[in-house]
Amino acid sequence: MSIADIKSPLPGVFYRKPSPESPPFKDDGDAVKPDDVIGLVEVMKSFHEVRAGIAGVGIRFVVEDTDAVMAGQTLAEVQA
Amino acid sequence: MNIRSVLIANRGEIAVRIVRAAKALGLRTVQVHSQADTDSLAVKLADAAVEIGPPPAKKSYLNIDAILAAAKAANVDAVHPGYGFLAENADFADAVTAAGMTFVGPSGDAIRLLGDKVMARAVAVKAGVPTVPGSDGRVADLAEAVAIASDIGFPVMVKAAAGGGGRGIRIAHDADEFARLFPQASAEAAAAFGDGGLYLEKVIERARHIEVQILGDGENFVHCFERECSLQRRRQKVWEEAPAIGLPDDVRSRLCESSVALARQVGYSSAGTVEYLYDDATQDFYFIEVNTRIQVEHPVTEMVSGIDLVQAMLRIAGGEKLSLRQDDIRIHGHAIECRINAEDPYKNFMPWPGRIGQLRVPEGEGIRFDTMLFEGYQVPPFYDSLLGKLIVHGADRADCLARLQGALKELVITGIATTIPLHAALASDPSVGEGRTHTRFLEPWLETDFAALKRAREDA
Repeated sequence: MSIADIKSPLPGVFYRKPSPESPPFKDDGDAVKPDDVIGLVEVMKSFHEVRAGIAGVGIRFVVEDTDAVMAGQTLAEVQA
Repeated sequence: MNIRSVLIANRGEIAVRIVRAAKALGLRTVQVHSQADTDSLAVKLADAAVEIGPPPAKKSYLNIDAILAAAKAANVDAVHPGYGFLAENADFADAVTAAGMTFVGPSGDAIRLLGDKVMARAVAVKAGVPTVPGSDGRVADLAEAVAIASDIGFPVMVKAAAGGGGRGIRIAHDADEFARLFPQASAEAAAAFGDGGLYLEKVIERARHIEVQILGDGENFVHCFERECSLQRRRQKVWEEAPAIGLPDDVRSRLCESSVALARQVGYSSAGTVEYLYDDATQDFYFIEVNTRIQVEHPVTEMVSGIDLVQAMLRIAGGEKLSLRQDDIRIHGHAIECRINAEDPYKNFMPWPGRIGQLRVPEGEGIRFDTMLFEGYQVPPFYDSLLGKLIVHGADRADCLARLQGALKELVITGIATTIPLHAALASDPSVGEGRTHTRFLEPWLETDFAALKRAREDA
């Protein structure tokens, strides 16, 4: 197994939860499928879903909820 | 004026607008900014700048403690909130006042009162302002509902009391449909919201959005006539005009006078806007809400009235009495504002942050461009997509549209996608030219007329 990065497709603010009161889309250690939503990126007040894009286990987020992110920045790593 | 300095608690084009207005009045300007806005035009133009936090608005422009700390450190007399962010936050207004500074806007109590839909409607009723006919609050049962619905006239909207954002709304076209729909809607509301309570509202099928600019100093109240903002996408205004298109003079008088009555009712102090739905078919207007701040589209009013609304707000905040009397305020010609957003109209309005390449701004009589752009500016992804507002004035609406078409051709912004092509298409559209628009015009038009233009462009 190797480590794969899940990158942000857009610049903006990264959210790990669908709303402030909700639990996160994924917790550290969760398994993911390619179509799983792992977070949202807010760009100019519009929200875009970020999908894992890869199947893997043991997801580990490397940015915090509500952090500013650049396009192409790594959001999380998974063992794939 | 008893203020000599002002902190601008906002960003973008409105921060630039406020800095310039304040400087014109001889005030010292202090611009707050997030880490993403260090190189912004407002920061460059202001006399001083204070960083208040990281890029996300929650951590900077919505951070009351950070803004108050900046205001105290900069030793300013007043705080201008602009629009959006904290502009209609009553607690922020109170906190500014409690810290010994002047909030450039109405009192926290006025913001609280007018910000509450139910209380604002009650104030409007008390001031004699027409509200959308409906049940005043929840209806008890079907019998009462049928009686009220017949009174209002069909079609009638049945709305879930606990709904919102367009959810829980049903429309009944006649009494039979209403009797069938009402129990169903109640059961659905109970299931969806845990509350089966319903209220009724008249359906205005071809509504136009018309709003009146008001100014008050707590004792004297005037209106600066109306704006029309019927061209909307997803409830966001896209294009605004002053005056409203083809509004009969007697309707205009009643509309504007009703806004002044409302301002007087609450002892309003500052600039504000009273929003209405206007029914073309019946020439009736209905109160929607009051915005207790400067609005994005204020320049169209400035272009036709000659009044500088941002300066007026600062003067009122500085304790000056309104020098304008109603008879002094007149409309000259027609003005249109196009909101230029960093969005690609050909790709479903996808947001488009990035670096500005070339910027060419049209100049000439009756042309104004309010913006925070400059060549090389990096448009950040963290805030709304408004880049600037192209405002054009003409002798009448036809003259204004002709000038606007020319100005839109001359406005060049490269490096990112913008909504300039959308406005160019609207400016030469026959329905827009004839003023046959309403609040549900733009979205279907985008699917048909604009989609055809897009296909033609792709073929070319």
